[in-house]
Amino acid sequence: MRNLEEKLKNQARYDALFRRLAQAMGVLVILLVIGVFFTLVKESWPAIKAFGLRFLWTTTWDPINLEFGALPFLVGTLITSFLALAMATPFALAGAIFLGELAPPKVANPVSFVIELLAGIPSVIYGLWALFYLVPLVRYFQMKIGAPPYGLGLFTASLVLAIMILPYAMSVARDVIRLVPQDLKEAAYSLGATRWETIRHVVLPYARSGILAGIVLALGRALGETMAVTMVIGNRSAMPHSIWDLANTMASVIANEFTEATEDVHLAALVEIGLLLFIITVVVNLIARLVIIKTRVR
Amino acid sequence: MKVPYPIFRTEDLCAYYGDFMAIKHVTVSIPEHQVTAVMGPSGCGKTTFIRCLNRLHELLPGARITGKIYLRDEDILELDPIIVRRRVGMVFQRPNPFPTMTIYENVLAGYKLLGIRLKREEADRIVEDALRKAALWDEVKDVLHRRGTFLSGGQQQRLCIARALAVNPEVLLMDEPTSALDPKATLQIENLIVELKNTVTIVIVTHNMPQAGRISDYTAFFYMGELIEFGPTAEVFTNPKDPRTEEYLTGKFS
Amino acid sequence: MRNQDPRKTPFPARENWRRMKNRIILTVITVLALLPAIPLFLILFQLLKEGLSSLSLDFFLHLPAPPGEPGGGGIANALVGTLIIVGLAVLIGVPVSILAGIYLSEYGRHGKLSETIRVCADVLQGVPSIVIGIVAYAWVVKPMGHFSALSGSVALALMMIPVVVRTTEEVLRLVPDILREAALALGVPYWRTVLKVVLPTGMVGVSTGILIAVARIAGETAPLLFTAFGNQFLTLNPLEPMSALPLVIFNYAMSPYEDWWRQAWGASLVLVFMVLGLNIVSRILARKIAGEK
Repeated sequence: MRNLEEKLKNQARYDALFRRLAQAMGVLVILLVIGVFFTLVKESWPAIKAFGLRFLWTTTWDPINLEFGALPFLVGTLITSFLALAMATPFALAGAIFLGELAPPKVANPVSFVIELLAGIPSVIYGLWALFYLVPLVRYFQMKIGAPPYGLGLFTASLVLAIMILPYAMSVARDVIRLVPQDLKEAAYSLGATRWETIRHVVLPYARSGILAGIVLALGRALGETMAVTMVIGNRSAMPHSIWDLANTMASVIANEFTEATEDVHLAALVEIGLLLFIITVVVNLIARLVIIKTRVR
Repeated sequence: MKVPYPIFRTEDLCAYYGDFMAIKHVTVSIPEHQVTAVMGPSGCGKTTFIRCLNRLHELLPGARITGKIYLRDEDILELDPIIVRRRVGMVFQRPNPFPTMTIYENVLAGYKLLGIRLKREEADRIVEDALRKAALWDEVKDVLHRRGTFLSGGQQQRLCIARALAVNPEVLLMDEPTSALDPKATLQIENLIVELKNTVTIVIVTHNMPQAGRISDYTAFFYMGELIEFGPTAEVFTNPKDPRTEEYLTGKFS
Repeated sequence: MRNQDPRKTPFPARENWRRMKNRIILTVITVLALLPAIPLFLILFQLLKEGLSSLSLDFFLHLPAPPGEPGGGGIANALVGTLIIVGLAVLIGVPVSILAGIYLSEYGRHGKLSETIRVCADVLQGVPSIVIGIVAYAWVVKPMGHFSALSGSVALALMMIPVVVRTTEEVLRLVPDILREAALALGVPYWRTVLKVVLPTGMVGVSTGILIAVARIAGETAPLLFTAFGNQFLTLNPLEPMSALPLVIFNYAMSPYEDWWRQAWGASLVLVFMVLGLNIVSRILARKIAGEK
């Protein structure tokens, strides 16, 4: 049993060591987030110093004369994201109700499976498809209604974003709708409510905050989505005036200009846009988290 | 009361969950090579008591122990808990073989999990020996290298007993080992316990009175965290000193 | 669902209207639900149509060629690059994530530190991939002075860590306490109990989490744009710029050459097969766990 005693002698120390190691990796996750934030602040410092708050509300983006204002991209991101959300939400909600309440499991399960797989398709592939199929379609439509026929632009970007976030929003909403207790629904039916009345007055109110959290999470995705938007938005760094305009979002301007920026201030200005994007998405995600916590408490 | 050849001796043992005192000032000696039954109504602290004896109790958040617990004159609260648990094995309420291991590996878990390497012949010998002691060898000798999860509940529990015996403990603690089993499997385990007391001291928690009567030599009766009666089982059952023991034995509370 | 006979109700007109309204609205919902299937299936259909025509053995084995050259060139370097970059990301990210997940499940179920770690994992998961790219650029590319596969792997590891941390925690929490106690009662120290009993018991679930994370990062383009950057040649050196499938798709799609567009579709089909394959395998694994319960 010598062997055993040798083995056991150091176990208490190893125990403490392992605990420390695991804890250190947990703390590392916190440090990574802090590190991301400080890196963004540090790298964008030349731009913050040069332009101050003006960066947020001026519209000139001029890499030649090194004058940078981010408002066009803020506007571009907000317009594309909210437009996409507005386009996707009704369909996502209808899809979630259909899959969660109306369709028999034989239909709902395989369809949900396919939807979740679609949510996993890389965004660059959505971008490729949009570039070669959606853009000509939009151009045709623009010619019909007399808008400038670029094909590319804010509207196309919003459209592809809507298609991309739809599967995600739908599966979140469906999961929430499935959680509505069967006996609540049966209570409504037994009072003589129709299917729609049950959905309208029992299912949706019960699932409301969960659906809301899903929409906010989808918004978070849309705000940060880069590739598909970059490929179809037209890469124009000026204030957009209509939804048919060529434009840039915060993410797409970084993707387009980062490797080409030769001046420090230009690079710093791009990083500052990244910093803004980081702050916005963190806030949006924390809001979604709060909504979810509230749901659980209830 | 005094017992011949005590192996365990507690002095003024108290156990807490946070502020709640689950074991109150227990002083008792447990005799070697005997079966001691720990009885009492649910929530009386009997499981907590035996979990103190191998220092599993203190692993729960907020749990602590005061007093002394002597195992052959060594205070186990001063020893390395790992050493204590090697000397004091435990079998749980529900059979819990490791689902990722084969039957063979399960029996050797006390070595493998500690990283102790055994020679092939030695390992085979330990496995066969432990499974024979647990009266499981004949049933599983041809399926040693399959997962233990396909066995019946009773077989799984005997596998857990073999696992505990494989490291040659001095004491085997059993926490209601038959409460999840059918009557036939229960009987097998009871017979096993009676046989095992030649090799190992057994402390068994049970709230099955006939069972305690069938298998135990001594009985400790707990009530609300206090030890209110301890003595040879025949004596405690026929002539209880404390009225609360009598009430329990006659079924006044459960 | 049908309530009383309408003839017996006091307001037959109202009852009819309710039933009609029910039918109309449910029809509208069904139509709305099925409409998005059109673009989604168009994507898959066109991907298959365009992609299959450019797939050939040469496509997998050859290096890129200038546009217009007969034979067309292939994506061998991008395939190898994706495997190396993702593989390195797994090597960097998985040990960290599993240990952090172990901490959350085995040591710090409650408590402020754990709650902070969980919030930070959620925050990290929500950071846009392009921003992760900037950070990896600042952390690796700038000090090294040039683009490299390693910097791309760092970016992808940052994206997979939160996913694996949270799934590891969730899976390990499902491992019943009686198994931990069984090991501890044998005198096994806690760290060995965790590594040899708890982790193996939850391994299927942890692997599912890793596969899901890999499926997600394998298709990421934005974090690679200014880290791995891309490379026309085959390289195995992680300290050099390296090509990856998503980068090839992006660069070829944005090029003015029809040849390259065709190859972008081919590369997309390969990438989708990879990602969907990983997703399907992880789902089968997940179902297996659910079945065992």
